[in-house]
Amino acid sequence: MFYEYLIQPFVEFGFMRRALVASLALAVGGSAIGVFLILRRMSLMGDALAHALLPGAALGFLLGGLSLPAMSLGGFLAGIATALLSGVIARFSSMREDASFAAAYLTAMAMGVLIVSLRGSAVDLMNILFGAILAVDDMALFLVVATATLTLVGLAAIYRPLVVECFNPGFLAAIGIRGSLYHYLFLALAVLNMVAGFQALGTLMALGIVLLPAVAASFWAREVWSMTLVAAPMAFASAAIGLLVSFHAGLPSGPVIVLFASAFFVGSLLLGSRASVRMRLSRPVHLRG
Amino acid sequence: MSAALRLTDLTVSYDRHPAVHHVSAEIPAAEMTAIVGPNGAGKSTLLKALLGLAPHIEGRIECSAKRIAYLPQQAEIDRSFPISVFDTVLLGRWSRFGGFGAARTADIDDAQHAIEAVGLAGFERRPIDTLSVGQFQRVLFARLLLQDADLVLLDEPFAAIDSKTVADLMAVIRRWRAEKRTVVAVLHDLDQVRRDFPNALLLARELVDSGPTQRVLSAENLLRARAMAEAWDEHADACDVPLRLSA
Repeated sequence: MFYEYLIQPFVEFGFMRRALVASLALAVGGSAIGVFLILRRMSLMGDALAHALLPGAALGFLLGGLSLPAMSLGGFLAGIATALLSGVIARFSSMREDASFAAAYLTAMAMGVLIVSLRGSAVDLMNILFGAILAVDDMALFLVVATATLTLVGLAAIYRPLVVECFNPGFLAAIGIRGSLYHYLFLALAVLNMVAGFQALGTLMALGIVLLPAVAASFWAREVWSMTLVAAPMAFASAAIGLLVSFHAGLPSGPVIVLFASAFFVGSLLLGSRASVRMRLSRPVHLRG
Repeated sequence: MSAALRLTDLTVSYDRHPAVHHVSAEIPAAEMTAIVGPNGAGKSTLLKALLGLAPHIEGRIECSAKRIAYLPQQAEIDRSFPISVFDTVLLGRWSRFGGFGAARTADIDDAQHAIEAVGLAGFERRPIDTLSVGQFQRVLFARLLLQDADLVLLDEPFAAIDSKTVADLMAVIRRWRAEKRTVVAVLHDLDQVRRDFPNALLLARELVDSGPTQRVLSAENLLRARAMAEAWDEHADACDVPLRLSA
């Protein structure tokens, strides 16, 4: 019974094994990115960034059909362009960066849907918007794992400047360090993770496995590195459970995975050890000092 | 008396409107100088210009200090960020370990001593979002201590801070002076400036006066400062005061 439900799908089907490895890699790299996204108060900008991949991926699709390298490269370039463009717009006008991100991604979304409809069918569009983690092939697996590796190494390398740039950018500026350089390196890693996630979960939901576990972790941990350590297992657990449930119930895997990540978020919101509903309601005895 | 900072005809503007207008002054080395003036007089802007952080600077700033430490107004820091007191203080040694190196034992010991010196022993592992405004200001002072700078710029160090904390932090500032460091602080409490700061610079976009505090903070000067700051012309013509940059 246990074996039949939990293990057998992976033993029997190669696509389930690949999906499991892909989601492990996505969970490890993505949740670290997610932690920094929420600490930089960029959750919604991350969402905008994920949507902004669409026209690039669509252009790749237009040129190369449903080919992963073409669509990924297109998506990556579109994401970087959006991030840079909205950063530049925010710097050279009085427009706030979140507003320029919103403007950029709405434009990108509309262009993307239009480009896909030039050549593809509704099915192709659904594929790009919602992904297909069960269709992950060796090439996609390689891309996802390489992204996770690069993300962890890259974040480790820029960890200290990035943390300071998040909480006290003036300090970096005062000692003569260009914080914006690290900001853009981080954005590049973020875009890379969205590209990796978009094959599996699609542009609309790629951010789900990045952001939801990170938000959930903020109810448990109180330092940046420990938040990351808490977020990654939750991300992987939602992916693994989501895969199994969608397999047995015959449901689309992407939304199920994201819904399980939301379940972790709601559970942490209710039961977490910091600023959660439980802590709000239980009113534990106060300490002496 | 040598000057730590010499400003020559300094103008700093936002969007073409000057926030600091044709200011020439000297700030003495190894001394405590208060920058005083009404809100919007350009005090914070002047500090930012000294750090090279202001957007548009005309005129000249000569600075003999090798290392500058800066205390921003608290609003510029995300106090809800998940970082511990100890890590925040240790950042003061950035010049030693940079963005990528490891902190040495000596740096860690110094951080510990700095935390004790500002009266926060036992708070090392506390996340900064659990601190009061006064406690957090002590953390930032500990970080300044670690920066080992010969010029310390403080932007409203005592805003919304109780008298006990002010007294403790003033002791830290006096220690800097004893160590021959130059301290420049933006302050609003004129009684405190008269009591603790021998030197003052009164600013109202333009320089009203600078020098010994007793002379600078005369009733007449303060009245002039108030009148100057209130004059603001949305449709001002281009300024035609010639630059005096002959030296």
